[in-house]
Amino acid sequence: MAQQLDPGTHERAQPPAISLRNVVKRFGSIVAVDGLNLAVPAGVCFGLLGPNGAGKSTTMRMLTAQALADSGEIEVLGYELPRESKRARMEMGVVPQLDNLDVELTCRQILTVFARLYRVPGGERADAVRRALELANLGPRADTIVRELSGGMRRRLLVARGLIHRPRLVLLDEPTVGLDPQVRQELWTLIDGLRSEGVTVLMSTHYIEEAERLADVVAVMSQGKIVAEGAPAELVRAYAGEQVLEIYGPPEQLAAASDTAARHGWQSRRSGPALAIMRAETLDGDAPEGVRRPANLEDAFVALTGEEIE
Amino acid sequence: MSVQADAPVARARARPLRRLEPAALAGVMSRDVVIFGRYWKATTFSSIVQPTIYLLAFGLGFGTLVSHIGHLKYVEYVATGVVATAVLFSSAFPGMFNTFVRWQFQRTYDAMLAAPVDVEELITAEILWISLRAGVYGLAPLLVGIAFGLDPDPGMLLVAFIGFLTGFGFASFGVLIAAVAKTIDNFNYVTSAVLTPLFLVAGTFFPVSALPAGVRTVAQFNPLYHCVQLVRDASLGSLQLSDLGHAAVLLAFAVLMWRLAIWQLSKRLID
Ligand SMILES: Nc1ncnc2c1ncn2[C@@H]1O[C@H](COP(=O)(O)OP(=O)(O)O)[C@@H](O)[C@H]1O
Ligand SMILES: [Mg+2]
Repeated sequence: MAQQLDPGTHERAQPPAISLRNVVKRFGSIVAVDGLNLAVPAGVCFGLLGPNGAGKSTTMRMLTAQALADSGEIEVLGYELPRESKRARMEMGVVPQLDNLDVELTCRQILTVFARLYRVPGGERADAVRRALELANLGPRADTIVRELSGGMRRRLLVARGLIHRPRLVLLDEPTVGLDPQVRQELWTLIDGLRSEGVTVLMSTHYIEEAERLADVVAVMSQGKIVAEGAPAELVRAYAGEQVLEIYGPPEQLAAASDTAARHGWQSRRSGPALAIMRAETLDGDAPEGVRRPANLEDAFVALTGEEIE
Repeated sequence: MSVQADAPVARARARPLRRLEPAALAGVMSRDVVIFGRYWKATTFSSIVQPTIYLLAFGLGFGTLVSHIGHLKYVEYVATGVVATAVLFSSAFPGMFNTFVRWQFQRTYDAMLAAPVDVEELITAEILWISLRAGVYGLAPLLVGIAFGLDPDPGMLLVAFIGFLTGFGFASFGVLIAAVAKTIDNFNYVTSAVLTPLFLVAGTFFPVSALPAGVRTVAQFNPLYHCVQLVRDASLGSLQLSDLGHAAVLLAFAVLMWRLAIWQLSKRLID
């Protein structure tokens, strides 16, 4: 059951930029999205955090009507989907999980084609392309063929392509998956910039750090459903408490500590070489020896989904 | 970068959207134009060389044995017949291969469908582009034919339209095949079992009337046969009432294949 925590300081007067109600999407016998309810307020960076296979990409594709829901209602920027999806797509930008850049074209050519597709008026197209190239830091590579770009450059171009028409809503599906830390950092700065300009961002990710760093509101998705939603700090407090006790030692000792935790009804999990016990602040004097650290979003995520991540 | 003003949004809301938006078609075709800009030399070269080879081979070979077919000089017969071949090859093959590669390998279609372009617009634009090209390249055999002694005729300009219409049908046919093919290798079956017979039994190099009655009847269902008849009558100044029938068959074929292509590819592009 999705638990709605206080979404924080965001205005609630505006209608949500995205709303999904009881949305179900099946692929044969697989239920990829299983009665999803989600409301993304306008002007926030909303993180959809979930392990691989949770249904994040399927959800994203339903928002552009590239996948059609089997049941439920979807609204994007006030447009009813799939009926008015072309309108919705005019006003939003999409950065897909899989690179689908035209490898035969140059950066400038790709951006020009998409400026047309997004109906940027003829007189403004060259400017829009120049601005997008700058945004992606690809000015000097404007006339390079995509095939000759590095992975990081391609990803930046992919983002710039989705922003060519200055959309007021941007969908980013795993924007930094497979990128090295430096490129990831660059993209984070770019996404941060969007939010500060008032663009609504819906970003899916399975990187905890990414959600923690960028998202105002995080919805944790597991097996096609939202299992919890709120500001990152609130999610941590609600599902992992304030402190985590980490116990280090040989495997037998950890196994014993795990049994002790189970006997006391403490929530625990293996975390790398250690055993981590949640809500250490409630353990009082009977706690085993260990290192206390502040709880983080990863603790909450594992508590919620039962899945470990890298 | 600054936040988008509300003005363009309000403007867009005011205007009802059409099913086939010219702006969407133009956007998709602008990509084709850019790609064509990279490959036009190779494409143009082969579109000239191919009919030249046919004319040389059949003209010099058969031409010595056969001086006329019916009342037509053999060069008139072959040059006009090869128009249909040129149109077929420059439409059915791009229809199959471009569609499959852009959809399955490059995922270009996925990218475009996230923009305000519907499947119907995407496919229609791709087919339109291919058929425009086919119409132009369909003129190449006539130019080569003129070099070999074919008399220029103003009716030849109509051939571009006939090529466009025929190309629209076969480009759509190619897209349809790409939509239902499991792998790109499956195209070999279509090429050898469908396209090759179609272009042989169309009155291109020898008259259909030379064939057994059964095959002759089958030829009536071959759009390429109707294309050949129409091209011949238009470029040799002998258009007649029965040509309306040929045009009608080509039109029906184009519309049928177009709708089938959209129907089949929509099912696969949208989950
Ligand atoms: N086109 C498809 N056909 C069949 N199954 C699919 C398709 N797309 C996604 N799935 C399945 O739906 C589930 C959710 O996938 P996805 O939305 O890609 O998850 P995520 O993006 O969170 O990793 C997975 O089990 C996946 O295998
Ligand atoms: Mg995904």
